[in-house]
Amino acid sequence: MDKVYSRSALLTDNVMHYCPGCSHGTIHKLVAEVIEEMGLQADTIGVSPVGCSVFAYNYIDIDWIQAAHGRACAVATAVKRLTPEKMVFTYQGDGDLSAIGTAETIHACNRGENIAVIYVNNAIYGMTGGQMAPTTLLGMKTATSPQGREAAIHGYPYKIAEMVSHLDGVCYVTRQSVQSPAAVRKAKKAIRQAFENSMAGRGLSFVEIVSSCNSGWKLSPVEANRWMEESMFPFYKLGDIKAGTPAAI
Amino acid sequence: MQEVKLIKGNEAVALGAIRSGCDGYFGYPITPQSEVLETLMELRPWETTGMVVLQAESEVASINMVYGGAACGKRVMTSSSSPGISLMAEGISYLAGAELPCLIVNVQRGGPGLGTIQPSQADYFQAVKGCGHGDYNMIVLAPASVQEMYDFVFDGFDLAFKYRVPVMMLSDGIIGQMMEKVVMSRSRARWTAEEIKQMSDSWATVGKPQTRARNICSSLELDSQIMEQRNLALQARYEEIKKNEVRFEEIEIDDAEYVIVAFGSSARIASEAVSLARAEGLKVGLLRPITLWPFPSARIAELAGQAKGFLVAELNAGQMVEDIRLAVDGRVPVIHFGRMGGMIYSPDEILKALKEQSNG
Amino acid sequence: MKETLIVAGFGGQGVLSMGKILAYAGVVQGFEVSWMPAYGPEMRGGTANVTVILSDKPISSPIAHEFDSAIILNQQSMDKFEAQVKPGGVLIYDTNGITHHPTRTDIEIYTMDATEESARRNMARMFNTMVLGGYLAVRPVVKPESVVEGLRLSLPERAQSLIPANEKALQKGAELIKK
Repeated sequence: MDKVYSRSALLTDNVMHYCPGCSHGTIHKLVAEVIEEMGLQADTIGVSPVGCSVFAYNYIDIDWIQAAHGRACAVATAVKRLTPEKMVFTYQGDGDLSAIGTAETIHACNRGENIAVIYVNNAIYGMTGGQMAPTTLLGMKTATSPQGREAAIHGYPYKIAEMVSHLDGVCYVTRQSVQSPAAVRKAKKAIRQAFENSMAGRGLSFVEIVSSCNSGWKLSPVEANRWMEESMFPFYKLGDIKAGTPAAI
Repeated sequence: MQEVKLIKGNEAVALGAIRSGCDGYFGYPITPQSEVLETLMELRPWETTGMVVLQAESEVASINMVYGGAACGKRVMTSSSSPGISLMAEGISYLAGAELPCLIVNVQRGGPGLGTIQPSQADYFQAVKGCGHGDYNMIVLAPASVQEMYDFVFDGFDLAFKYRVPVMMLSDGIIGQMMEKVVMSRSRARWTAEEIKQMSDSWATVGKPQTRARNICSSLELDSQIMEQRNLALQARYEEIKKNEVRFEEIEIDDAEYVIVAFGSSARIASEAVSLARAEGLKVGLLRPITLWPFPSARIAELAGQAKGFLVAELNAGQMVEDIRLAVDGRVPVIHFGRMGGMIYSPDEILKALKEQSNG
Repeated sequence: MKETLIVAGFGGQGVLSMGKILAYAGVVQGFEVSWMPAYGPEMRGGTANVTVILSDKPISSPIAHEFDSAIILNQQSMDKFEAQVKPGGVLIYDTNGITHHPTRTDIEIYTMDATEESARRNMARMFNTMVLGGYLAVRPVVKPESVVEGLRLSLPERAQSLIPANEKALQKGAELIKK
């Protein structure tokens, strides 16, 4: 019989702490596979955030730096500048990257740091128990918007991917998802593109992955994926926002 | 021949960085320390030693860049002045928690709040009692000359890597802005990637080979039992530092009946007060703590057996005086003399304060 | 030898750089030196002062409460520093803009009309070296050739060509100063 699948050697044997149905596990797998396929295990430095994926370092077998809340892009800036031969990426959630870390994110983008940013947007704070994120949709109920997000009180959800796409230092911005095999394949291609850009020194690559948080959303995994397709995708539209191929740069 | 330069303290930090084999400087402009970044940008060390220099978008970003660079086993540093150091407090706590070496320079100005751009020593508590959250200390070096602002960059990196702790150089607007002669005798190259691997492969994130487990630079541990063990290990290291690294200078102390204790710029002014006192036949000496943490408590306790009293001169409302009182333990009077808000005392004012004490 | 000098005036008069030239001259002669500015956000128009100490021994305090010499270039500085000149010390001032002249009798007082003279000779940018020349004529703490070397060391590359003109300004200042 032909072997059609094997688990990436870069995924550790640790049991993931993520809730069943969470997108993080799939995204971790893609990151590990791309690093392995590019032969970069010894040349990759990952920067993990504060949030659910704070423990990314327990699951992908590379050297990791755990950053303070929101500061991953600043940490990665120094790592890449001091060791430009390495592939440097951050892995951040929506609270980390687009709330407390907005300044660090925007300025790393604007300086065109040669890093890859994996931005997992599930429109909620998962780890602290389902509070509102900057990306929480209007009307969406969270622990800190229990009657649903109202613009007059909480402001509007915002699309940081579109914002950073306007910055000259950013070479590649794309929005992907991982709720179906086809989506997973496209997301993996995007991560590979971002990592190649980092190695080639083309500027900052920004890969947003719209994800589900069925615990935070208080839905079953299947319902969560359906809700994501029906409610999240119309607002956070999938696809490339800024092309990142060398020809386009 | 010795190379002697007439430079500002802030310029000495920049030159010290380049010549001490520093790999990266990350900073943000703030008076009275902006000459550090300005000098580095003028000298473009990335073209000579390969040192990275970056103007960050904030002090918050600066210290987190330092965190990233330190995790890679590199000699990295930042500098700022008081309000900027407050912004860095979070990052300094993370550096201490993740056991990462680095150098932080604080060219103090007066506070609280935006305060003044004039010199002050009001960040003593912040520096020696830990400015961020959690149980940690950093080694604090207090330069009293432009020469020391140069030399302490070297010493700071050495201590940071010896113990894998953040080190702070606690200077102020006087030492940062004044020009003095500096003998630039010390000089060394940056570490090569190979040297960093040899020294720091057990902890630094330099890329994981098949031959070792992955390195993780993190301060996080959710298991309280393990977290307590990590704390105990840190405390043991701090005890080691207290045992080995206390530094101080003494002037005219042997027969002193009254001891002035002062650090940094205040020690310079106080040493002139000692000369004035001696000229009047008063037996006055000066103890200058060079390391503010670890503190020369044992020596002060010893002097409490010899002296009739202590005068603590510091440009603040009375901070180091608390550590002197702890060491003296009530055996002789300890009084504080200070100015605040950017005001500076002169040597004769210190002497006057001392005379008031010895008469009263 | 120990000379503690304060130079005080407006920002833009070259107060800090005058001190710097003297400090460099001190270094050339092997003195210990300290140059301590009262720094601030003011550039042109605000007050500026610098304390320069030259000594053949290590300098303890860079902060002084009394001065061997004072060079005063505006009224605010006169009001502040006249009283801080040591008895027997020297006070030099430019009469331009001074409404309340110094009254002390226990110090040596000199004047020089350097503002007027430098403007008349189209040398306004060398006002500060002219004043320095006057100071050195009455307080020869460093040799003239050390000052020229101090100029060479302290002026940026683009201003090196101005050294001969500055030398002339030093000489003019020495002629200009009077009791």
